[in-house]
Amino acid sequence: MSGTTAAAGGHHGEPGGFLRKYVFSADHKMIARQYMFISLFWAAVGGYFAYIIRWQLAHPEADIPLFGRPIGPDEYNAFVTMHGTIMVFFVAMPLLLASFGNFLIPLMIGARDMAFPRLNMLSVWVLGAASALLLLSFFVEGGPAAGGWTGYPPLSARTAYVGADKGMDLWLLALALEFASFLMGGINFLVTPLNMRTRGMGLLRMPLFVWMVMIASLLFLLSVGPLVAGAVMLLLDRNLGTSFFLASGGGDPLLWQHLFWFFGHPEVYVILLPGLGAMMEVMPTFSRKTIFGYRPIIVAVLVAGALSFVVWAHHQYISGLDPRLATPFSVTTILISVPFALIVFALLATLWGGSIRLATPMWFAVGGLAVFIFGGLTGIFNGSAAVDIYIHDTYFVVAHFHSTFFSALFLAGFAAIYYWYPKMFGRMMNEALGQIHFWGTFLFFLAVFVPMHLVGVGGMMRRIANPGQYEFLAPLSGLNRMITMSAVLLLLSQFFFAFNFFWSMFRGRRAPDNPWEGTTLEWTTPSPPPHGNWPGEVPQVHHPPYGYGLPGAGEDWVPQHRPAPSGAGAGR
Amino acid sequence: MFAWLPENVSTFGGDIDSIFRFIYYIVGFWFLATQGFLIYCLIRFRRRPGRRPPYLHGNNLSQAAWILLPLVIVLVLDLWIDFRSADVWAKVKVGGPRPDVVIEVTGKQFNWIMTYPGPDGRFGTADDKKVENELHVPVNKVVQVVLRGEDVIHSFFLPQLRLKQDVVPGRAIRAWFQATKPGKYEIPCAELCGFGHSGMKGWLHVHAEAQYKEWARKMWPGS
Repeated sequence: MSGTTAAAGGHHGEPGGFLRKYVFSADHKMIARQYMFISLFWAAVGGYFAYIIRWQLAHPEADIPLFGRPIGPDEYNAFVTMHGTIMVFFVAMPLLLASFGNFLIPLMIGARDMAFPRLNMLSVWVLGAASALLLLSFFVEGGPAAGGWTGYPPLSARTAYVGADKGMDLWLLALALEFASFLMGGINFLVTPLNMRTRGMGLLRMPLFVWMVMIASLLFLLSVGPLVAGAVMLLLDRNLGTSFFLASGGGDPLLWQHLFWFFGHPEVYVILLPGLGAMMEVMPTFSRKTIFGYRPIIVAVLVAGALSFVVWAHHQYISGLDPRLATPFSVTTILISVPFALIVFALLATLWGGSIRLATPMWFAVGGLAVFIFGGLTGIFNGSAAVDIYIHDTYFVVAHFHSTFFSALFLAGFAAIYYWYPKMFGRMMNEALGQIHFWGTFLFFLAVFVPMHLVGVGGMMRRIANPGQYEFLAPLSGLNRMITMSAVLLLLSQFFFAFNFFWSMFRGRRAPDNPWEGTTLEWTTPSPPPHGNWPGEVPQVHHPPYGYGLPGAGEDWVPQHRPAPSGAGAGR
Repeated sequence: MFAWLPENVSTFGGDIDSIFRFIYYIVGFWFLATQGFLIYCLIRFRRRPGRRPPYLHGNNLSQAAWILLPLVIVLVLDLWIDFRSADVWAKVKVGGPRPDVVIEVTGKQFNWIMTYPGPDGRFGTADDKKVENELHVPVNKVVQVVLRGEDVIHSFFLPQLRLKQDVVPGRAIRAWFQATKPGKYEIPCAELCGFGHSGMKGWLHVHAEAQYKEWARKMWPGS
């Protein structure tokens, strides 16, 4: 419980001037908004690419509306590669981890800013540079990277194989810069909660979102090293003629897969955990009930995080790995369902007996939970090495990971945006538009990704540009067209959000300090919070978060900064 | 859901399909249980004025038991899946029966090149024959394919036989299958391998014994 209240005014003064305030800002709240706008920009680009991909699959070689012409198979590979790269590295991580991590950590733990504000500013600017390189790669000769978002060599290692030339190098550099950005961000996300909590804020009194961001950052910092090494080797293979991944020169293509997935599986949780953390904040608030199993949840996430380092080869069962290795990795993979089942059961138990108000953030949170359960369950099929022989590299896998990613990134992400928007921008979003947005997103998501599992059961491979080239896929063409239609409607539903987001920023109702009657510290300061986060003293904390229904309390909720009634909730 | 599976025509395909079904019933149970509970809560516990929710923190064992007990069921079912799955995996991928026929298959942007050892049954001799994209095998015999890659990673996929195996440059990876029904089946490449990945495919011709001999006679007329 380190006291930072002494440093009233923070580490840096109130910035003056447009550039210092909006562009070169070291204030965590402005940096959070910058991350949010970067990620929303890329989400629009990634969504547009998803539309092109889907249109091509339903109507191969036809003119694509809003694109103006058909795309060839080489361009298709580039769109698929860029869709994956953008959504994972330039939307999911900036939005959930960086934007909300930045905005909420200091506000939730009672700090005036992040531990290293200038490093924080540097991290967002490095992400800006990474974004610029990625954008540039669309306009170089040979086009952008087309080796899949996993970039398996030897395909990605030789221009003669992949077609893309400088686009591949720019892609690798953009990724390397993105990693650098999140290394800097990750240090802040770990050090700030460890060192800068206000008086009374014990580690086990932090809101779960802060725990999730901390654990996600730890996983990222521990796992990214091997991939950075791999990226450097791949750049050398491409530009200096080395053969780290080329069998012809004594290298091994599988080495990349090990390095990539050693990072890749923890990375899944880097994306997932902040999304789950947002659900864990929203669900108690709208159920008026304390979270069920605060400590078991933290233990479960730590166990899942540790297990995530020993499951990577489940991406490689049939890669040519020694087949005797598949079973141990299959066991660890399927066992990871145990900690996640605990988290799911805990969230369900949180709803039990509550007084549930289904406002937009809550709809997105419970919708996200429902889809996350679905996606988690379909993962069991992939985890079984025997079933994976058939469904590996089919649309079953695509449907599975979209169910988990979409629920954590978009459904939980929207829950977070609708929930904290009032704090971030000082205005309320429109509730009716929010509910329309939820139902459009939720129902059309199901209409896309539930039938997509069937396409996978039918055997359709990932990353083929034209299913019409295969006789055994002919029965799937109706499903594919139906999925594309639903995907278009899913994307169109996002315009309700875009309008609501920008319109509310200027015309929304002014937000009170605590519109949802939340218990955590971010609701104790004006919306939006001033520079330094609290106008006066930083509040002191007296008990754990989610103080709803405390026995002995007069009101049905007690915020963290208000002393609890005697004997109430002293259990933890 | 299983109506979408292509017809199975291999000896081990049924084992894979049965694990698929087994997992489907287990996760189907969890799906219905959790989603049913979720929907029940949203309706039963919707906000009403004056409702005061109980304080259930779940941090001590007596409360946490509510989630720990179902967790034990999750663990038991997980292990059950693991054990059944491991047997099928071992049958398909580890070792395999003694082959009746051996054929080399080389993946090369964007074709499968089949090398038949010819009547002497040995590779690297004068009667070897190379054919692009046409794989001829006898029905009900154990066929071993030796998979090699010349340029990038490909993946040898036989949807109707439930077999998939990546093809990696620098390695010779052995896979086997035993087809149970004569016919013509596609061999798509399942791993992104460049601009011609879509459409990279060959054909597996499974012949009845007489037709297989007929085909061999045409390939090696002298013998």
